[in-house]
Amino acid sequence: MRARAIAAQLALLAAVAFVVWYLASNTAQNLDARKIASGFGFLAREAGFEIGEAPFLAYSAADSYARAILVGLINTFRVALIGVVLATVIGTVVGLARLSHNWLLSRLATGYVELLRNVPLLVQLFFLYAVITENLPGTRQALEPLPGVFLSNRGIAFPVLEAHAVHAWMVAALAASAVLAWLAARWGRRRQARTGQPFPALIVGAALMLGLPLAVFLAAGAPLALARPALQGFNFAGGGTLSPEFAALTGGLTLYTAAFIAEIVRAGVQSVDRGQSEAAYSLGLSRRRTTRLVILPQALRVIVPPLTSQYLNLTKNSSLAVAIGYPDLVSIANTTMNQTGQAIEGIAIIMAVYLTISLSISALMNWYNKRIALKGARR
Amino acid sequence: MKARLAIAACAVAALASGNLYAQSTLDAVKSKGYVQCGVNTGLAGFSQPDSRGVWKGIDVDACRAVAAAVFGDASKVRYTPLTAQQRFTALQSGEVDVLARNTTWTITRDTGLGLNFVGTNYYDGQGFMVPKKLGVTSAKQLNGATICVQPGTTTELNLADYFRANRMSFKPVVIEKLEEVVSAYFAGRCDVYTTDVSGLVSVRASRAQNVADHVILPEVISKEPLGPVVRHGDDRWFDVVKWSLIATIEAEEMGLSSKNIDQNLSSTNPAVQRFVGATGDIGKQLGVDNRWAYNIVKQVGNYGESFEANLTPLGFDRGLNRLWTQGGLMYAPPVR
Repeated sequence: MRARAIAAQLALLAAVAFVVWYLASNTAQNLDARKIASGFGFLAREAGFEIGEAPFLAYSAADSYARAILVGLINTFRVALIGVVLATVIGTVVGLARLSHNWLLSRLATGYVELLRNVPLLVQLFFLYAVITENLPGTRQALEPLPGVFLSNRGIAFPVLEAHAVHAWMVAALAASAVLAWLAARWGRRRQARTGQPFPALIVGAALMLGLPLAVFLAAGAPLALARPALQGFNFAGGGTLSPEFAALTGGLTLYTAAFIAEIVRAGVQSVDRGQSEAAYSLGLSRRRTTRLVILPQALRVIVPPLTSQYLNLTKNSSLAVAIGYPDLVSIANTTMNQTGQAIEGIAIIMAVYLTISLSISALMNWYNKRIALKGARR
Repeated sequence: MKARLAIAACAVAALASGNLYAQSTLDAVKSKGYVQCGVNTGLAGFSQPDSRGVWKGIDVDACRAVAAAVFGDASKVRYTPLTAQQRFTALQSGEVDVLARNTTWTITRDTGLGLNFVGTNYYDGQGFMVPKKLGVTSAKQLNGATICVQPGTTTELNLADYFRANRMSFKPVVIEKLEEVVSAYFAGRCDVYTTDVSGLVSVRASRAQNVADHVILPEVISKEPLGPVVRHGDDRWFDVVKWSLIATIEAEEMGLSSKNIDQNLSSTNPAVQRFVGATGDIGKQLGVDNRWAYNIVKQVGNYGESFEANLTPLGFDRGLNRLWTQGGLMYAPPVR
């Protein structure tokens, strides 16, 4: 019986291996017969095209395809990371608003969820992009809602702090205060276990993490030199800018995903039986502590797994960037494929990258999910 | 996005499956009864559906000429609108038989992509269009400008080269669909729109609210010979598509048009007799009907007729695309 099972598995393995070999060899043969170049050698060649946005990594047309793709990857990460954070915040607020006893608030939240969830994301992106580029004035008539902040159809230009040696020290202070906050919280927990005295870990931590960097900043004489954007020729130079493409894509992804997250949060909170909070109250726990110690841990168990798939969705949906001209990974890989003609390699790179990102997010969220799962209730 | 991935996936699947050209495309086309032609998603004068949904343009005429040669019926064409990024994959994977989509002939494309260019049906060059109110008169004044461009084009590469050579910088806004990139330019997202001059003229004529508000700068920064493309390694089909294009140019040179070709059927001129298939067996050698050239001229017209019907109304000048006898570059190898 066991031998037969092993034989069956071996046969399956052989079949899969044969199919893979057949596809690979046939592809290679056909590519060769048609004189279509293959292999990843093109990655080192000069790309020859410019990229509109290349933050954190300097890029010019003289750089290689590999570097161009890396710029695309950074752009994808930038949108995905900011999108995930904002969508979580907005989604949580809207989800809780739907549960509110305030009639208007809960109806508004319901309207938001229904509207955003039921219109295709691509349409929303086109809409947002059109709103931004068609309605805002040109650079020469740019709006100035705050001094030094310019709003035009080239995006938003804003002043940034000029680089100063103290910034590195402030980051170091932030790291140090984070460690201190963690140590204080641990000490507080142990003392509470020993004596029953509660410790305001959250307030102490926040005070440490804000106060220490601020103290360093003030000690250095509070250097507040700003690099202000100024109209120079065709466009604003100096300061920071966010492009309309980035704004439309991040905004669209965030609002769309937040609608789904809102529903997940609402479901999570509603899944906790009312008896739980009643029991907590009868033990004399305050409303806030009931939420933090009883409701939230149980709600999170329901929320986290579907939340993970929303994060994955948001990251994968960022490939719609190509429609509105944001230079994300897919957009740049597509251009590369088109210039080099190596579609198979290009698609392989895109697939490998998205697979890696998605599996990483999954792994991280699974780890978090295990942490918050009910102890002893694991299957 | 999905469509492109689908095409790419098809390409991967097609390349991975059995040998595609055990059979010549010519036989495949004959047996299915129509030519599948890849065209632009909508570029006035080159390929664009008219108000009744009929595709019109000189690229469309290149496809119709092939159908006229193969079937004696120029209407036996089916069109696949393709973006710049989709076009080569679509041809490589066999989704289209001919690609006539204002595509520039370059050595990289001819050698690295597994394609063959059959000739040139429009000699073009890349230019810049700017709103008049910017007051720009030369491309040399474009330092720091934001420029709208389509990805996957030679345009994108020439643009980067030109600015590098002149030590200027620019910000590209790269949008895949022609409609969207043009909308972005007209909305003022970019200071400049760049593509082949023919494309600029076409877009300005068909999309600008007031044609006079947009100027095309005098600099032409590249050579862009545009022409139909077929897959590498299928010589019979290559010949049919190549000579279908040449026949339209040769007809103009010989003074044959859709209006007078019937009278010339009984011409005593031996060159005309050969061309219309009254004598000789050129068509048979090509693998099509002996009256192939007659059918092309009768149903599609000669090159000049096609140009005048599609491009002249948009404000195009024949320029380089005049016959060589009139100082242009259009030159047909002898049909004999």
